[in-house]
Amino acid sequence: MLAEMLTFNGLAPAFPELALLAGAIVLLMAGAFSRGGAASLIMGVAIGLLVAVALLEAITPIGASLFAGGFVQDEFARFMKILVLTGSALALVLSVSAATEHALNKFEYSVLVLLATLGMLMMISAGDLIALYVGLEMQSLALYVVAAMKRDSARATEAGLKYFVLGALSSGMLLYGASLIYGFTGQTRLDEITRIIAFGDNSIGLIFGLVFLLAGLAFKISAVPFHMWTPDVYEGAPTPVTAFFAAAPKVAAMALFVRLTYGTFAPIGQQWQQIVIFLSIASMSLAAFAAIGQSNVKRLIAYSSIGHVGFALVGLSAGSEIGVQGVAIYMAIYMVMTIGLFACVLSLRSDNAYVEAIGDLAGLSQNRPFIAAIMSVFLFSLIGLPPLAGFFAKWHVFLAAVEANLYGLAVIGVLMSAVSAFYYLKIVRTMYFDEPTRQFEAAPGELRLVMIVSGILVVTYYLTVGSWLAPLAKSAAGSLV
Amino acid sequence: MLIVSNILTIVTFLPLVGAIFVLVVSGGDATAKTSMRRIALATSLLTFVFSLVMWGLFDPTDPGFQFVQNHEWIDNVIGYRMGVDGISVLFIVLTALLMPVCILASWKSIESRVREYLLAFLVLETLMIGVFATLDLAVFYIFFEGGLIPMFLIIGIWGGRKRVQASYKFFFYTFVGSVLMLLAIMAMYWQAGTLDITELLKTKFPPEMQFWLWLAFFASFAVKLPMWPFHRWLPEAHVEAPTAGSVILAAILLKMGGYGFLRFSLPMFPDASAFFAPFVFALSICAILVTSLVALVQDDMKKLIAYSSVAHMGFVTMGIFSGNQLGVQGAIFQMLSHGIVSGALFLCVGIVYDRVHTREIAAYGGLVEKMPQYAFAFMVFTLANVGLPGTSGFVGEFLTLIGAFQVNTWVAALAALGVILSAAYTLWLYRRVIFGGLEKESLKSILDLNRREAAVLIPLVVLTIFFGFYPAPLLDATAASVAALVSQYADALSGGAIEVAGL
Repeated sequence: MLAEMLTFNGLAPAFPELALLAGAIVLLMAGAFSRGGAASLIMGVAIGLLVAVALLEAITPIGASLFAGGFVQDEFARFMKILVLTGSALALVLSVSAATEHALNKFEYSVLVLLATLGMLMMISAGDLIALYVGLEMQSLALYVVAAMKRDSARATEAGLKYFVLGALSSGMLLYGASLIYGFTGQTRLDEITRIIAFGDNSIGLIFGLVFLLAGLAFKISAVPFHMWTPDVYEGAPTPVTAFFAAAPKVAAMALFVRLTYGTFAPIGQQWQQIVIFLSIASMSLAAFAAIGQSNVKRLIAYSSIGHVGFALVGLSAGSEIGVQGVAIYMAIYMVMTIGLFACVLSLRSDNAYVEAIGDLAGLSQNRPFIAAIMSVFLFSLIGLPPLAGFFAKWHVFLAAVEANLYGLAVIGVLMSAVSAFYYLKIVRTMYFDEPTRQFEAAPGELRLVMIVSGILVVTYYLTVGSWLAPLAKSAAGSLV
Repeated sequence: MLIVSNILTIVTFLPLVGAIFVLVVSGGDATAKTSMRRIALATSLLTFVFSLVMWGLFDPTDPGFQFVQNHEWIDNVIGYRMGVDGISVLFIVLTALLMPVCILASWKSIESRVREYLLAFLVLETLMIGVFATLDLAVFYIFFEGGLIPMFLIIGIWGGRKRVQASYKFFFYTFVGSVLMLLAIMAMYWQAGTLDITELLKTKFPPEMQFWLWLAFFASFAVKLPMWPFHRWLPEAHVEAPTAGSVILAAILLKMGGYGFLRFSLPMFPDASAFFAPFVFALSICAILVTSLVALVQDDMKKLIAYSSVAHMGFVTMGIFSGNQLGVQGAIFQMLSHGIVSGALFLCVGIVYDRVHTREIAAYGGLVEKMPQYAFAFMVFTLANVGLPGTSGFVGEFLTLIGAFQVNTWVAALAALGVILSAAYTLWLYRRVIFGGLEKESLKSILDLNRREAAVLIPLVVLTIFFGFYPAPLLDATAASVAALVSQYADALSGGAIEVAGL
């Protein structure tokens, strides 16, 4: 093991993480020594770094495990890491135009995003309970700070504090679960745990550990009943930060969730499947109804993201390869839709201020037809209407649920997607059916670009991305067992 | 040769090409609007020409699918499969025929957001043709559901006073109905291992599974068609939609439900279809009688025609589930004829609405004095709606009644009552609007059809009368495929009976 660590080439599977780490430290230094004067330059370099690491990730050798099994690089990890890196990079792109207004024009912001992303990559690749926890905490600590970055804003500070307190609680639960699992199996390495529980005859203590572990992770993916922080944090945090929260950490936490359940605890699938089914139904239903009354776009997106976690978990509930493939595809499509939607939200400016109330979007389609049209595309896609990408996301997860004969779950799921249509349509209706009341400013160039690219991906999914994303996700799912 | 083998792809996606052109026209002034309209009209006419070419190349003696394209696409589950048979080919022609009509009909009446309007219609045309042209069950669902987006916007943006409620109702009724079908499609995939409709038609699903699948498909198609009592969304959607939207709704979107019953419910779930046939008959009779009575008391012209549509769709479901050659062919003919006639009736309402801006029947009277041409066209469609011999409306109703008579005399007898009621409400509408004294001030200076409106209505008048006297072109095209469908249905049922007897 030690010899493996000493050779440079032996570290190849971890090159992306190392590059990200080195880059983050360099940028931290650069920022500190330039006395915070080069914030926008650092943001640009950070975006470039994330893209470069994503490309590096694509060519990194896989199938290896490093650091005494603590770091696993398989196709699943690669798939999810590229998603996370893309999400982080795009979230930073979204921050450019909003940086001054949202007090994100500090170099620390970019560096913290890089460090949080590094934590996410470590989480995704975690092959050990300790590595898992360290990755998760690295991510969380950076995120707590980012949420409260806008120090003068009471809402942002509140959001950061809430996120910290509840996040710490969830970390505690996760740690408690991990210690129980260690206590009852005597192992911290995930593959060893799998081997031991595969013997059968597992004690109730192990199941307890699993429940606590999943509860802690359910916080991170904001599944009901552990979702309470989400609406407040999404609403209170600066909008670009919200976009980042919705796009990247959620994907990483979902990847970890899948790896632990479908990978590590596969031998006791029956036990965790019940939990996942419950989380899924609760998330879909609560989000569908709770979002109807929302009047703030960001809060509505928070509930929408809770609901989408529920839908993604439908695929995991099946506990099959095709289900996990569905989750991977779902998270990819969800990430693109969310980033696109936030690009739209961030370009809604009127009277030199950002518009967040749904009612203020009245008549946007006549004022800014481009923004309204593309925002509607994302909203229809989030409903899951064909031929948009959101439909195919739902298609893959429900296909798995039907195969596993989870008809009750599937029926509740599709009905909840019909209910959720109600609140998405509320925005479309306001933009298209109501008469304009205010003038909106034109969207900045980079947001326009993000909107166009993600919009085209969503609209033409069936013709373009669909046919090659599915096999990639399939091999990712296959690498977990 | 390339065109022939790809004719379905061309017909389906040509409107999208036009949509892209409409999208890139710059500016929003009057000239830009006119060129957008011209592009849309030219595209839809070209699509119509291609659909006629397709009909011309179509071999009516072949009961199977023609112009077939079959490629695996996403994950070897969802494919790109196209093909038409005698059941679907004419619906494509009907769709392509009515789209230029719709664009012409809204030439002057739609002035706001013309670009979005034309885009919505062209996208909708692709989605509607796709429903009839695809041979992949998942892609069928994609086209079927995808149509919700443009139609929701058409009703909601360009609709009348209560448009928001109407568009929501339309959306939710259809969406909730369809999501269950989505799960049924998935269950069929896991049972049969493919979504290729040609393969699924050969698959025998276990009877208890058929029961649930049939119900899931029924939920979707019964709402779409609509069957009584799932029709509540229709009158509102019709009343609030702009004229062209009502035409498309009545003429094409409703037919997707009937097409679905013919393509999926009857041949794929024969046992369940036979089991539920009495239930469908009962609903059909209710539709014919109840909604006809409801139509009698309407004071809004569009609402009256909307309820009459529900009644006419009752004949369609009755014909389909009679499961014999005459009934099924009659149902298809009835759908095509109703597509032309009800579409034309909505156009007629739209023409006077553009002049007087009200749909209240009481606001009209004596139009014949000022609008003789209009009165004539309206009369033809009125009589066709009644089902007078010599109009296309007669053939369909008559055939479905014969078909039902062979299965159940009572059903046919009760349905025939509906013909009388339809005469009552349609002729009464005609009398109140066209005849009587021209007393209303607002009607004193009303003008007869202009050239554009005449160009829209004359082809429909000709078709209504032509197919009333000579229905053979339509019946010939459908005969072979329907014969195959009916014999397959009968075989499946007798096969099932033998199995039961063998136990």
